[in-house]
Amino acid sequence: MVLSPQDKTNVKAVFGKIGGQAEAYGGETLERMFATYPQTKTYFPHFDLAKGSAQVKGHGKKVAAALVEAANNIDDIAGALSKLSDLHAQKLRVDPVNFKLLGQCFLVVVASHNPSLLTPEVHASLDKFLCAVGTVLTAKYR
Amino acid sequence: AVSLPRLLIVYPWTQRFFDNFGNLSSPTAIIGNPKVRAHGKKVLTSFGEAVKNLDNIKGTYSKLSELHCEKLHVDPENFRLLGDILVIVLASHFGRDFTPACQFAWQKLVGVVAHALARKYH
Repeated sequence: MVLSPQDKTNVKAVFGKIGGQAEAYGGETLERMFATYPQTKTYFPHFDLAKGSAQVKGHGKKVAAALVEAANNIDDIAGALSKLSDLHAQKLRVDPVNFKLLGQCFLVVVASHNPSLLTPEVHASLDKFLCAVGTVLTAKYR
Repeated sequence: AVSLPRLLIVYPWTQRFFDNFGNLSSPTAIIGNPKVRAHGKKVLTSFGEAVKNLDNIKGTYSKLSELHCEKLHVDPENFRLLGDILVIVLASHFGRDFTPACQFAWQKLVGVVAHALARKYH
């Protein structure tokens, strides 16, 4: 999936609007993902996953920061996330299906906090962007 | 009723089933298209039936499953896509009230409905 100029504009606008709340959104995304798709918890046996967990919040910040970085370098997501791509391929090896689940939860978080922001067109662009991020992170798997 | 137009916009390849619906050339056209609106209403009403018959979703969708396989030839993946869209629409509608627990229940429900609609495929 190729991001059109309009997609890129839409994605940047979303992250511009979210601004400093991105970190909190990251935490909520993970909280929703663990609650909605329990199988995703298997990647975090070393975490306290109880509600309000500081570890989940901390990890959410990291995830959000990566999404923000990708959005800020939307013309070269592969370049921007190259190190993360290596990490996921060599160490984390999160099964590719899980990126879609994370993406769904991120969209739910954005929708629940900013209903008017996520028009169908913006929804499409953001969904494409999240797909692109997932593709980059799994690109070096084999 | 907004879920179907959103599905057609976010996943444009799903438009393949609606060639005879007229103008689907842009998001504005899709949202304003009376056939899309009418069909969206049909789909969501059917969803409402599932909610009223939570103990027998398979039975509720048995005939519809046959229809979607034998007459409509819809890949069941599309039911999953629509389910995900519906969840996001609910989230934007209910905001904070759409808690993680709520999302969990609804994602399960849309999954069960998708499964029920695919069940009679052969």
